[in-house]
Amino acid sequence: MPPSSSPPASAAIPANHPVEILRFNTCGSVDDGKSTLIGRLLYDSKSLMEDQIETLERSADITGGGQINLANLTDGLRAEREQGITIDVAYRYFATPRRKFIVADTPGHLQYTRNMVTGASSSNLAVVLVDARLGVIEQSRRHTYLTSLLRIPHLVIAVNKLDLVGWSEERFLEIRDAFESFLPLLDIKDVKFIPLSALNGDNVVDSSKHTPWYNGPNLLAHLETVHIGSDWNLHGFRFPVQWVNRPNNPRNASLHDFRGLSGQIAGGIVKVGQKVMILPSGLKSRVKEIWTLGGSLPEAFCPQSVTLVLEDDMDVSRGDQIVGLDLLPGMSTDLHAQVCWMNPRPLQRGRNYYLKHTTQTLQAIVTSLENRIDIHTFEPQPDPAELGMNDIGEIRIKTAKPVVYDGYGTNRLTGSFILIEQGTNQTVAAGMLMPPQEPVRPEYNDFAI
Amino acid sequence: MNIYHLDHLQYLETEAIHIIREVAAEFERPALMFSGGKDSICLLRLAEKAFRPADIPTPFLNVDTGHHFPELNTFRDRRAAELGGKLIIRRVEDAIRNGIAIPNPGEISRNKLQIPTLLAAIEEFRFDCCIGGARRDEEKARAKERFFSFRDAFGQWDPKNQRPEIWNLYNGRINPGEHMRVFPLSNWTEMDVWEYIRREKLEVPTIYFSHRRTCVRRQDQWLPVNDLIPPKPGERVRELVVRVRTIGDIISTGMVESPADTVDDIIAEISAARVTERGSRADDKSSEAAMEDRKKQGYF
Repeated sequence: MPPSSSPPASAAIPANHPVEILRFNTCGSVDDGKSTLIGRLLYDSKSLMEDQIETLERSADITGGGQINLANLTDGLRAEREQGITIDVAYRYFATPRRKFIVADTPGHLQYTRNMVTGASSSNLAVVLVDARLGVIEQSRRHTYLTSLLRIPHLVIAVNKLDLVGWSEERFLEIRDAFESFLPLLDIKDVKFIPLSALNGDNVVDSSKHTPWYNGPNLLAHLETVHIGSDWNLHGFRFPVQWVNRPNNPRNASLHDFRGLSGQIAGGIVKVGQKVMILPSGLKSRVKEIWTLGGSLPEAFCPQSVTLVLEDDMDVSRGDQIVGLDLLPGMSTDLHAQVCWMNPRPLQRGRNYYLKHTTQTLQAIVTSLENRIDIHTFEPQPDPAELGMNDIGEIRIKTAKPVVYDGYGTNRLTGSFILIEQGTNQTVAAGMLMPPQEPVRPEYNDFAI
Repeated sequence: MNIYHLDHLQYLETEAIHIIREVAAEFERPALMFSGGKDSICLLRLAEKAFRPADIPTPFLNVDTGHHFPELNTFRDRRAAELGGKLIIRRVEDAIRNGIAIPNPGEISRNKLQIPTLLAAIEEFRFDCCIGGARRDEEKARAKERFFSFRDAFGQWDPKNQRPEIWNLYNGRINPGEHMRVFPLSNWTEMDVWEYIRREKLEVPTIYFSHRRTCVRRQDQWLPVNDLIPPKPGERVRELVVRVRTIGDIISTGMVESPADTVDDIIAEISAARVTERGSRADDKSSEAAMEDRKKQGYF
């Protein structure tokens, strides 16, 4: 390979440099062509470099009978290339002049729920692939259900391998109708159906001449333009305290009494002078300063990482939550949640786990299993004996200390938790909290102000 | 776009600060890997943002192969001192002398010898977490790694059995003897790193910028001429205007012909580049799974 030489002037930085990140994940069943689709996106958007193409070509000679295998771009582990499958979530990065993209390629077979939840939990958008020959199968329903459960704001149904059904509009509409028969049961606001062939690149980056009956955007055009500005929660200030900032031997004498509360804003906006409440104690104070390395800010918003200084010196530590008074969260030791179970050892009533919610980790016990979702019908089946690997269901949990939370539908950061198995320290469940019955009613009133 | 909106660098920054603070809060004895390279320079700035006005609570750790570019080590030592941090250096040279690292006869590269040296340092200081500047876009095996990457008592990474990582809830629980490697820059690309360096006006070692250097042509690359790999008869030796795009050991880092002598020039060069950053690293080219194999043994 020649050393890279100085760039031609024509290829300089695009005039409108990307300023926004869109995170998306691809999911589907084995052989639906997820990795091929990502490979195609990278290849056709010219995001691949010569040495990556060279590596692809080198492996094509060995395994692919001479044809470049785009899936080899994301299948990074030796076992994956040997078996031609994707084992774990792979992340890819590319940019167009409009946006930067973080792609999570989530495999569709073994441990599919675990992988999809890992890849999709922070996505703005999910791409569910469907093989046009097979239509809607169990995995399509499962992935669509998980997209809804995880409250991913945007969904793309990519009807792939349309070349193998003769670019049939009828087949495309059949599949769309099949999805639309169950989409109303789910909580997904924005759905787009796109007919494509990842292998040949039709409607991925370049619009296809084989689908004159389709007037919508190709996949990349949609990814570049879908509105994601309002995907973060800006209502109801939530600040889980992560770390208490106390300079030990400050060279600057004015910092001698500095006591900052560091964390990432998990919801809403905070302003200097704003009245806030600390939970679970219920004490109130005002924000004196919003400290950052670059200087103090008049206000800050989700998901910024800042350090708050309060007007009153009070007992606040990691795991406490500072909240705005306008929209109060719930607070309880009895939690009701939907969980995705991700471990071969099943979830049973009476088991103890660590529960990590925002910045606190608590002892927790599963007090009841309310239901298990039948993935074929999306119907809850009451009182299951256990939840097995990849199962989704509703449970009740008792925690050793109160948890300050919102419903997951309102706030993905304060409405989520994980369960950790004691001993092995494995993460065994992803939990999404049901909305609180009532907002917190603090025992302290305005004494602190 | 409303005013309550983060651009891509601000988004990556807040994600990384959150992760670094989680480490400080959840681990007893964390260390921050600092080589003086561009990624770890960003990491240090993020640590400042996470912890100031308090001191950065972690020591800085570097494994010195003895094959580092001298410019890099000078920069590393000075930056660590400026930040008031404790810099711990453990040398492959010493590890070889103590029998901790055993060189392959005939092999000059000390790349693999970093692994036992690092694991010995982790054991010596009982570090339970090492924060590193690795990025997922660097390499295919890294593309699969979590932010919190669990290592067993042998320091091994098990790619088939990684902990699910969901929302911003990182599971840092380990048993004695095990440790965690944490990569706050996982989602950053090479371009993001340089844009961040520009935005934050961060100083970087001079070898990233264009300079004159005597190079030898070997394995389709221009390698810097030095005592460790003297040019052999018949090899092409030239004085060129070059810079480094990624810094490895001095015996394996390809020099890139480039006139770029400002951060703006570098950004313009990367946006037009047609090879990846690691295309100039001989250590990754030995096989398709070179990085995966080293990581399984405990490499970063």
